[in-house]
Amino acid sequence: MTTFLASLRIALRALMVNKMRSALTMLGIIIGVSAVIAMIAVGSGAKARIAEQIASMGSNLLIVLSGSSTSGGMRWGSGTVPTLTVDDAKAIVSEVPAVKYVAPNLSGVAQVVYGNQNWSTNVNGTTPEVLDIREWPVVSGRPFTQQDVEGATKVALLGKTVVENLFGGIDPIGQIIRIKKVPFTVVGVLGSKGQTTFGQDQDDTIFVPLTTAQKRLFGMQFPGMVRVIAVQAKEPELMREAEDQINALLRQRHRIQSGQDNDFTVRNLTELMATAQQSANVMSLLLGAIASISLVVGGIGIMNIMLVSVTERTREIGIRIAVGAKSKDILLQFLIESLVLSLIGGILGITIGIGGTYILSSFTQWPTLLSVNAIFLAFFFAGSVGVFFGFYPARKASLLDPIEALRYE
Amino acid sequence: MQPVIQVQDLVKVYKLGEVEVQALRGVSLSIDRGEFVAIMGASGSGKSTFMNILGFLDRPTGGLYLLEGIDGKDLSRDELAEIRNHKIGFVFQGFNLLKRTSALENVELPLVYSKKHASIRGEMARKALSQVGLGGREHHHPSQLSGGEQQRVAIARSLVNQPSILLADEPTGNLDSKTSVEIMAIFQRLNRELGITIVMITHEQDIASYAGRNILFKDGSVVDDRRNPSPASVSESRQAS
Repeated sequence: MTTFLASLRIALRALMVNKMRSALTMLGIIIGVSAVIAMIAVGSGAKARIAEQIASMGSNLLIVLSGSSTSGGMRWGSGTVPTLTVDDAKAIVSEVPAVKYVAPNLSGVAQVVYGNQNWSTNVNGTTPEVLDIREWPVVSGRPFTQQDVEGATKVALLGKTVVENLFGGIDPIGQIIRIKKVPFTVVGVLGSKGQTTFGQDQDDTIFVPLTTAQKRLFGMQFPGMVRVIAVQAKEPELMREAEDQINALLRQRHRIQSGQDNDFTVRNLTELMATAQQSANVMSLLLGAIASISLVVGGIGIMNIMLVSVTERTREIGIRIAVGAKSKDILLQFLIESLVLSLIGGILGITIGIGGTYILSSFTQWPTLLSVNAIFLAFFFAGSVGVFFGFYPARKASLLDPIEALRYE
Repeated sequence: MQPVIQVQDLVKVYKLGEVEVQALRGVSLSIDRGEFVAIMGASGSGKSTFMNILGFLDRPTGGLYLLEGIDGKDLSRDELAEIRNHKIGFVFQGFNLLKRTSALENVELPLVYSKKHASIRGEMARKALSQVGLGGREHHHPSQLSGGEQQRVAIARSLVNQPSILLADEPTGNLDSKTSVEIMAIFQRLNRELGITIVMITHEQDIASYAGRNILFKDGSVVDDRRNPSPASVSESRQAS
């Protein structure tokens, strides 16, 4: 311990002698460590954001879209032709064993008015199961019920954004709003879900009973028409099976001959999100790897300066060996010197990395996540770089011939 | 009584490329405890090689060298370092002090490597500095000291671990004659009062005359080895200045 403290003092003094040089050498490590910390923060921020969005969307989610149409050689996108009905939704939940809930949906954009406030938002006519599928809590009031759907009552559930825009500070429960001039009673307010992966505000929405939407708001080209059916599978492993069974069932119900294209589309949203998650993983790995390279370059800087330092101090090393320093004493002295360089650089780098992360996220609005693990990892990595790149110069010093070293000018 | 240094047929051969240079060609001598020996010789006479071997900085090619009965032949690099640390004090021509390091810390250096505790180090180093008349200069750096004072710090460093022998390689080579005499006075006092064995290389006859025994090297062999019954002495008043 005494030796270690003495070596530490010697190292600190040697570094103080060449302040500018020590600072410049540290700069490599500082940049490396702060880059690692900032990049890991950006990467894990993106990952966390996506994980959050997956959770907010609901798990094991399949979306059935109504069909694409072809007219005069022009193909229109999914959902342009209404081909799905409420009965399709009922058939899916009763005949496909892998399915837990379905929620048929008929939606449109509508102007909503309360008092002298108005707001344009997405109005979804759907069934109560939608809240189960999307794991969406009602934070005040009540959800609408199956009776509301059967009776086509004029009740509405409002998303957070709609409440904020229409009501300000007033409690919306029990108030009357007008959707496309049709009066609706607000029965409940939904919890906040935030944005989707694609930047859409999920809270800017209103839920009304499907039947009410069909009869009062958006009309029907044929009885029971819906545009989208949201389906939740029972287990993540049953997603593929549910998808296949829904395909088969709807082909049969829509009387599609083999060889003909589907007039509907089944999308696995969870799979889509998993892909997004994967690409975020790859991105954060890449960012971390690039930042680590700068740390390694910083380490090479340390090795370079330590080699210069050993040469400059050959005579000092000779004196030390002559008065009884053993190889390991000299080795330790120079190793501690490079370790001190890299660890001070590491601490400064962590500070700058944390500061840089805050600045980065406040300027770019990127989600960032600073983890204690990443900080310790960067610090440990910086120390390892110091030892690894300091070892060769230190060993060179420890093996000097004392006679030669004392003669060195 | 066992001599401090015992040398028998010591041979050292350097290989300079193809050519072999015989630096020492069979040197035999012994030095007793408490002697003050001056080794003289022209450059290339082998006296520095001899000194390096005595100091366990170099190994002989052949022959025997015992320091207090210890043979360094089969010892490792680190074991030799330990012997240098405990039994040998070095004084060099160029002082060889650590720059930007106080006199006290320079003197403490051998104690750092013998793992002495910090408080003991300070105490021992202060004592050594006062023995060479530098009490009160503990915190001066080498650059703030005169050549003579720097050499005295180096002598204090060589003494601090109470070695068996003090090896001085041209200790007055970089000093003016007045300061040289002061250094010789210190050597004589250390030798007489503390009984420290001193082996000193010099090429100046008048510096050698302060020693009690003069050995002359020529072409790698001892050609003259005589006692000096009445070494030159320095008055105590001059020494104190």
